[in-house]
Parts: sequence; C-alpha cells; structure tokens
Amino acid sequence: MTDSLAKRILVAVLGWAVALLLFFPIFWMVLTSFKSETDAITARLFFQPTLASYGEVFARADYLAFAFNSIAISLGGTVLALALAIPAAYSMAFHPTPRTRGTLLWMLSTKMLPPVGVLVPIYLLFRTTGLLDTRSGLIGIYALMNLPIVVWMLFTFYKEVPHEILEAGRMDGATTWGEVYHLLMPLTLPGVASTGLLSLILCWNEAFWSLNLTSSHAAPLTAFIASFSSPEGLFFAKLSAASTMAVAPILIFGWFSQKQLVQGLTFGAVK
Amino acid sequence: MSATSIEAGTAPGDAAPAASAPARSFLVMPSVLVLLVWMIVPLVMTLWFSFRNYNLLDPTTQGFAGINNYAYLVTDPDFWASLRNTLVLLASVLVITVGLGTLLAVLFNQPFPGRNVARVLAISPFFVMPTVAALVWKNLMMHPIYGVLGVVARAFGMQPVDWFSQFPLASVIGIVSWEWLPFALLILLTAVQSLDNEQREAARMDGAGMIAQFFFITLPHLSRAISVVIMIETIFLLSVFAEIFVTTSGGPGNATTNLAFLIYARALLQFDVGGASAGGVVAILLANIVAFFLVRTVARRLET
Repeated sequence: MTDSLAKRILVAVLGWAVALLLFFPIFWMVLTSFKSETDAITARLFFQPTLASYGEVFARADYLAFAFNSIAISLGGTVLALALAIPAAYSMAFHPTPRTRGTLLWMLSTKMLPPVGVLVPIYLLFRTTGLLDTRSGLIGIYALMNLPIVVWMLFTFYKEVPHEILEAGRMDGATTWGEVYHLLMPLTLPGVASTGLLSLILCWNEAFWSLNLTSSHAAPLTAFIASFSSPEGLFFAKLSAASTMAVAPILIFGWFSQKQLVQGLTFGAVK
Repeated sequence: MSATSIEAGTAPGDAAPAASAPARSFLVMPSVLVLLVWMIVPLVMTLWFSFRNYNLLDPTTQGFAGINNYAYLVTDPDFWASLRNTLVLLASVLVITVGLGTLLAVLFNQPFPGRNVARVLAISPFFVMPTVAALVWKNLMMHPIYGVLGVVARAFGMQPVDWFSQFPLASVIGIVSWEWLPFALLILLTAVQSLDNEQREAARMDGAGMIAQFFFITLPHLSRAISVVIMIETIFLLSVFAEIFVTTSGGPGNATTNLAFLIYARALLQFDVGGASAGGVVAILLANIVAFFLVRTVARRLET
C-alpha cells in the first residue's frame, strides 16, 4: 500500500464519524427508552437506567395485540407471496416460453402503480367486502405488493440451478410437485429464505396501507407508533421504548440480509 | 411455427416430454392473474370514479361529473402546492441521497479499522419503520426545547430552531433523506465493490489523482447503479405518506402537503371520492412517466 498514514487516518476518522452520525438517532432512541420520563427530556448521557417505560408500554393491554398483528400480517403476507411466486419462478426459470421475458418485465411494471393512485378504490372495495381493519385484508395487499419482487428474486436463484439436476429427477419419474419439493427446494433453500426475509422486512415496515386500512382490530406496530404523534409523543421514554421494540427485530434481520436486499430491491440490476 | 417448436428453440436441452412442458409453463398463471386483477380493477375504478360525483357522506351527490373533478382539481391552489411539494421533496431527497451516497460508497470502500461495523451502523436507518423514524426525529432530535439539536444549539449559545414551524418541508426532506441515504449507500457500495481494481491501479500508475480516478473511472462505473437508485427511490418518494402523517399532517397550511397526503385527505377526511380519484389519476400518470424509464433501464440489464 502506497497510501500515506495521514490519508488512512483521515479515512478511518471520516468513516466512523459518518457511521456514528447516521446511527445516532437510533442510538439515542434506545438510550432514551431506558430513561425515566424526567431524564428523557434532558440530553443527559449518564442516568439511572430503568425498565419502567417498557413496563408501561407492555401494561397497555393492546401492545401485544399490535405486535401480534405485525407478526401475523408480515408472516401471512410473506407465505402467501412465496406460495404464489415459487410455481411462477419455477415455471419461468425452467420452462421459459417466448413470453417469459415480457412477463417478468410486466410484473416489475406493476410495482410502478403508486399506492395513492388506487387508495380510493381499494378502500371502497375493502369497505364493501368487510375487509377493512382485518388482518386477512392486509395480508392480501402485502402479498400482492411484494409478489413482483419475490418472483424476481426466486427467478434469479432458480436460474443458477443446473437444468440437468431437475431433468435427472424427471427421468426417474418425479412429478412436477416432487421435482419442486424434493429437488429444487433443498437446493435453493438459502435463496428462498433470504427472499422471505426481504419480504418480511418490507411488510413489517409498510406504513401506507397499514395506516389507511386499519383502525384498531388489525392495526400493526406502524399504526401503534403513529398513535404517539398525538401529544402522548411527548412522553419521550415511552415513545422510545415502544419504538425500540418495534424496530429491533427487523433491524437485526436487516443486518443479516444486506446482500439479498440489494439484489431484491434492484430486481437484480445491481450485483 | 408451433408453440412447442418455439419452446424447443428457447430452451435447448430440455428433455421434458412435449406434452408436459407447456403445462408446467402454466404454473406462472396464478401470479399473473392476481397481479392482473390487482392492477386492472383499482385502475379502472379510479378512472371511473374520477368522472363521477361521489361523496361518501352525501348519497344525493351522484351521476356523471364530466371533467368537473379535474376542473376543480386544477383550480385548487392546494393541488398545485401539493404537486410542487411532491416534486421539491423528490428532487431534494434524490440530490442528497445520491450525491452523499456516492461519496460515502467510495469512503466505505476504503479499508479502515472496524469498517464492517461502521457499514452496518451506517445502513441501519433504512430498516427503521417510517413512523418510528419520523417521530424519533420530530421529538427526540428536532424538538425545540427537549430535542438533541436544541440542546446542542443552546450549548453553543444559539437560539434553538423550531424546525417544523420554521422549515416544515425541509424538516420532512431531512427525515426522508435519513431513511433513504442508507439505501443509496447500500446499493452504490455493492456496485463500487465490483469495480475492477486493476483498472484503477493502471490509472494511478499513469498519474491520475484521487479526484480524476473518481470522475473518470468510479463515476462511469456507477452510472447504471445510480440510475437504478434514482428510479427506485422515485417510486417510493412520490408516495411519501407516513412521515408527513405523523409529523405535520400536511401543515402548517399546505406547506408539507404532497400529492399522497392530498389524496388521503380528500378521500378519507372529506370523503370526496370523485375528487380524490382525479388526484389519484394524476399520481398514476406521474409515476408512469418514471416507470417508463425504469423498466427500460432494467430491461437492458436483462438482455445481457
């Protein structure tokens, strides 16, 4: 390395400064969640840590309901999207037709429909069919919302599986189901898992449909946190405790799935 | 040419019996069908409602409205304000995130102690849900009395800024940029890492400085990744909603009302289905102009 020591120090200092600056609000949120309400409105770094705010958030009878809704809706939306996408990606990767490329691009183009553009009809359809404020309604929306990304990601993973392996299975008399379930699934499990993870992250953080289509019964954590936008938000410690719990699981998932995230979010255009 | 012969042409070596291959390629149909319904039905309904008199609170307003909803929309100063805010928000966040994101991607590509941990910290904001990001910034950071920024300002003997009343749109832009800068960084860093080091080494041998290397090697290499970031961010930034919903509710006045928030207010606060639908059609048109370019960018990639 011909880089001078001064340059290397500068890079390290800059890199860490930027990282800490970007992370600071999250750090401060976690720190504040362990403060008492009186400490929370000061910028004090040293204080008597307490779990009181977490206790209070949990004591709200409905916190667990919100958390359960987030888990149920994210898992439900992801499973439904995978169930639709696996056959589709299998068929396009191993039995391509002249239309396959067009179909893939068309699927991508459905992502371009802005949610606000169809808010009114979806709201009215949900109201008429009684889907408003139900978990199944949001599960359906989230599955459809992520379906193009999920198909694309699975397609790229399946593309890397040699055709010969599936053909050998077929020669041995495997049915289509057996081919997918016994051969393809074990081979591409890491790919399916990371696709599911990305879908979970997107569902968990989605805050347009969840704010507009739920009120109390099916509202997930995004909506729960939004309720702190009232003057209640000025209870900084409670807001921080609730936020920390809402963010922590997905933050950890996110750290582990950065690479897949890049591929999934850019439809494989950046590797 | 029969369908099977085309297939044999595109998938050489496919030893499947001729009868079963088309059957298997039909497995794509469930996904195509649900997406088709998901796209067509609401689209047609939005279009239809945008030409109707339809108010959820007043069942007597009904019938064909012609272009009245659109006429009302374009004479409404709030609409033009929302269009302007949407575009200002979009342009500002794009400039901030792509500009800084490119520089940071180059920075985080340099080796330094603890680089992996620093990277993880830097991209973390992207995983924070929008409602949390907005409220943490609004209360813990930007609150004029209790927020960290206010405390810091006072420590330096300055007057703390009341961000959301003095600079409402800039505050929203700041929050949204904080969420999307890590995304740009993540994508661009991935692209920088695939840069051929020998090429850079050769340039350095030829006496190219850091800045020349950045402009003549790194930036051209990143051009595709940058266009992808711009396109994807644009899709999401045109529909920014939660951040505005929990911080300013579009105010003060219409200072932070974007198209998404305007449509929401029309539809679910004023129950004016016709008017909201006309706004929805504008939002769809806007997004489609962008989509046109994105699909083309990705399509090029698919051919290679």
